[in-house]
Amino acid sequence: MQMIENIFGWFNSQILVMEWLKDLVKILVEDVFGLSTSERLGGSIHFFIYDSIKIFILLMVLIYGISYIQSYFPPERARKILGSMKGIKGNIVGALLGTVTPFCSCSSIPLFIGFTGAGLPIGVTFSFLISSPLVDLASVLLLASIFNWKIAIAYVVVGIILAVIGGTIITKLSLEKYVESFVYGAGQIESEEETLTKKERRDFSKNQVKDIVKRVWLYIFIGVGIGAIIHNWIPQDIIEMILGQDKWYAVPLAVFVGIPMYADIFGTLPIAEALVMKGVGLGTVLSFMMAVTALSLPSLILLKQVVKMKLLVIFVCIVSIGILIIGFSFNYLGILLV
Amino acid sequence: MDIKVLGSGCKKCQQTEELVKKVISDLSIDGNVEKVTDIKEIAKYGVMLTPAVVVDGKPAIVGKVPSEKELIQLLNK
Repeated sequence: MQMIENIFGWFNSQILVMEWLKDLVKILVEDVFGLSTSERLGGSIHFFIYDSIKIFILLMVLIYGISYIQSYFPPERARKILGSMKGIKGNIVGALLGTVTPFCSCSSIPLFIGFTGAGLPIGVTFSFLISSPLVDLASVLLLASIFNWKIAIAYVVVGIILAVIGGTIITKLSLEKYVESFVYGAGQIESEEETLTKKERRDFSKNQVKDIVKRVWLYIFIGVGIGAIIHNWIPQDIIEMILGQDKWYAVPLAVFVGIPMYADIFGTLPIAEALVMKGVGLGTVLSFMMAVTALSLPSLILLKQVVKMKLLVIFVCIVSIGILIIGFSFNYLGILLV
Repeated sequence: MDIKVLGSGCKKCQQTEELVKKVISDLSIDGNVEKVTDIKEIAKYGVMLTPAVVVDGKPAIVGKVPSEKELIQLLNK
């Protein structure tokens, strides 16, 4: 038992947290640049270099592995699996499939049409659309790297619960009439389920890594940059005054600021990391991340093409309220996880 | 040959369109390339991932930017 714990601890500190990299960058900053990492400038440079490299390494390795798994779950398969599910079971499986089906936000609309047009309840489609950006596999491992495993698992569980409950409410309200009518007349291709060779899966994974890195590298640098500034230049008492644990409005503020923002989860994590180190509540930070990833202005504008305003507003309300609840509960119970 | 590139205007869709046009002119195929960005039109073809390449009304490539080799194989018939 002790041995397993040791191995697990080593894996976590060296592979996920990359303590070796932290030490290496420290040597670089202190001996090459001649700056002390306990001082402001040295500290920010250390944070910036260490965090950027760490996130990029994890990102590339993770995306590769995850894409390989995802190549077994094209949306056609998700649709087929979901077609035979009824009631809340459909929402649960929809939310779970959302975490493993590969798709980028520019495909969310054809996907919505493909699912809904095939007769899946819109609630199931929404469960899928909520969980997909919120809980992807890579973000979970990154959360484990930056915080710890308990927090990562808790994040996944509440994210999926949010997707299931959100979708269920949308089904219960029978809002089908607020979907644009052309969605139901959409064509269906009975796709012969293609089986990919191992090489095709490897190529797919390689392309995913390239695509995603190309898409998110700027967000990561911006995120790490903001994180480094928060980490070393903004006094703790100012941050605590605005976003401290004892401020009830910290969570709503985080959600309100997060919704219009569009960023990848990889970009928001370094900001989250720096904020938590400055004493901001875990719930506040998680709700900010959730608001940024699950609801964003560009994706809402896209969604508006296929659903009427009323459904869109209901969707935003349900998800926001869910994130608020999650934020408050993590702030009050999160102490157990750190 | 009637070729349509489906996509709501993301970067990958533009790449696909350019690539299709290049292959067409390289192989001097007598084909007509049309970009479809209207979501209602895209829905009619039943594709769930964009970009997609539709040849004579049938979706042939879905959800990725095809490689040049793939396109040559597809269009050179």
